[in-house]
Amino acid sequence: MIEILNIRKSFGDKTVLHGIDGVFEQGKTNLIIGTSGTGKSVLLKCMVGLISPDEGQVIYDGRDFTNADRATITSIRREIGMLFQGGALFDSKSVQQNVIFPLDMLTQMPLDEKLDRVNSALQRVGLENANQKMPSELSGGMKKRVGIARAIVNNSKYLYCDEPNSGLDPQTAILIDELINEITIEYNITTIVVTHDMNSVMGIGDNILYLYEGRKLWEGTNKELFNVDVKEFREFLYANKLMQAVKNQNM
Amino acid sequence: MRGIGRYFLFLKNVVSKRERFKIYVHMILDECVSIGIGSLIIVAIVSTFIGAVTCVQTAYNMISPFIPTYIISLIVRDMTLLELAPTITAIVFAGKVGSNIAGELGTMRITDQIDALEVMGINSASFLAMPKIVASLITYPMLVIIAAFLSLMGGYLAGTMTGVITAEEYIYGIRADFIEYNVTFALIKSFVFAFLVASISCFKGYYTSGGALEVGKASTSAVTNSCIAILTADYLLAQLLL
Repeated sequence: MIEILNIRKSFGDKTVLHGIDGVFEQGKTNLIIGTSGTGKSVLLKCMVGLISPDEGQVIYDGRDFTNADRATITSIRREIGMLFQGGALFDSKSVQQNVIFPLDMLTQMPLDEKLDRVNSALQRVGLENANQKMPSELSGGMKKRVGIARAIVNNSKYLYCDEPNSGLDPQTAILIDELINEITIEYNITTIVVTHDMNSVMGIGDNILYLYEGRKLWEGTNKELFNVDVKEFREFLYANKLMQAVKNQNM
Repeated sequence: MRGIGRYFLFLKNVVSKRERFKIYVHMILDECVSIGIGSLIIVAIVSTFIGAVTCVQTAYNMISPFIPTYIISLIVRDMTLLELAPTITAIVFAGKVGSNIAGELGTMRITDQIDALEVMGINSASFLAMPKIVASLITYPMLVIIAAFLSLMGGYLAGTMTGVITAEEYIYGIRADFIEYNVTFALIKSFVFAFLVASISCFKGYYTSGGALEVGKASTSAVTNSCIAILTADYLLAQLLL
């Protein structure tokens, strides 16, 4: 479980996050949603320590990450897997080298065992025969899947996904969403997905946190979406005609 | 001043909280090939022509018949050892290797690869910069030795082929009044320049922000800053060590 308490962040005069609280439970796919420029990615970066929040705490299973010493931060980070927007695969390394990388760096396990783990992670994301391919040979969806394999190969306890559907066609986007959801349940990990894709919200949103101009305006599940009474969130939800049609049908 | 402070903090980050030594060995060897072998051809071409030009221009300026001809190769030798081999090669090295390092790290930064390392709990500054700096320290002095040899060879070929000096005079000149310390001085300079080029380029690339345009700017900035640092260090070392 990950808890965030009163996270505040400003860049110069501009306050991006105005004291965000939230609880992200284990075994659930937690979504942080909101329009572009609302602070979702900044919040995510504060949570993984890529940006230091001005105030507030991020707590990983009772361990305060924000005020921890370097050793604790490193040990918590080694339990985190992250899927970046563009995949963030290492260009000079093959798929296998990318996925084995966290094991090489963070463990002392024998090569056979590492290769077994890599192959099972690649199998899990449906890329059994892609070991020797280079990132430049992969499609956007395949890059995301390799990114997921790299994130889970070290038995991560926490999985962060920064806009996993960006740049993907709707069909592939749904596959990635389903994969993230299945992995979350299968490995019983705490998953946090930053997105503004409504398909993701409807499909995998076990717990949804809606941000608007750096403030949390709503929190709930995808089953509660049609009962939202926050004006800004309703505008966000029904911005596209498909969602309006779904709403009308539900009414 | 802020930039210089950040540079020293970056260096502190590079040497502290390192990963296991075993992890660096392969990376250093790979970088040695990329940095050292990759720079060999350009260094060879530049140094050979510089030696040749130095020889021809020195001969052109020596109009007094009272100055023995072997002085031409003596001047080529001393200029090569004291300045041309370590310093001009360093400028070439900054242009080739420095821009490459800054471009590579800059691209890694803007495509979140550096963030990915950080999230894994790896000290990205050390992991990325240390092998490049160590590989530069290993290979650059070797390049300087090769450059010095080829520069003298270039002078020999140009001098003998144009008839400004005979082969015997040239060989006599490069052996006359030889000061061994000049070689030591050239090697000291080469270590300092290698460190400056690699570390400044890593620093510029590591702190790139933005997009492709900024990666280009980081590469340019790495080369210009490295050149300024090389020339400043060149003067300081000459004052301190000669």
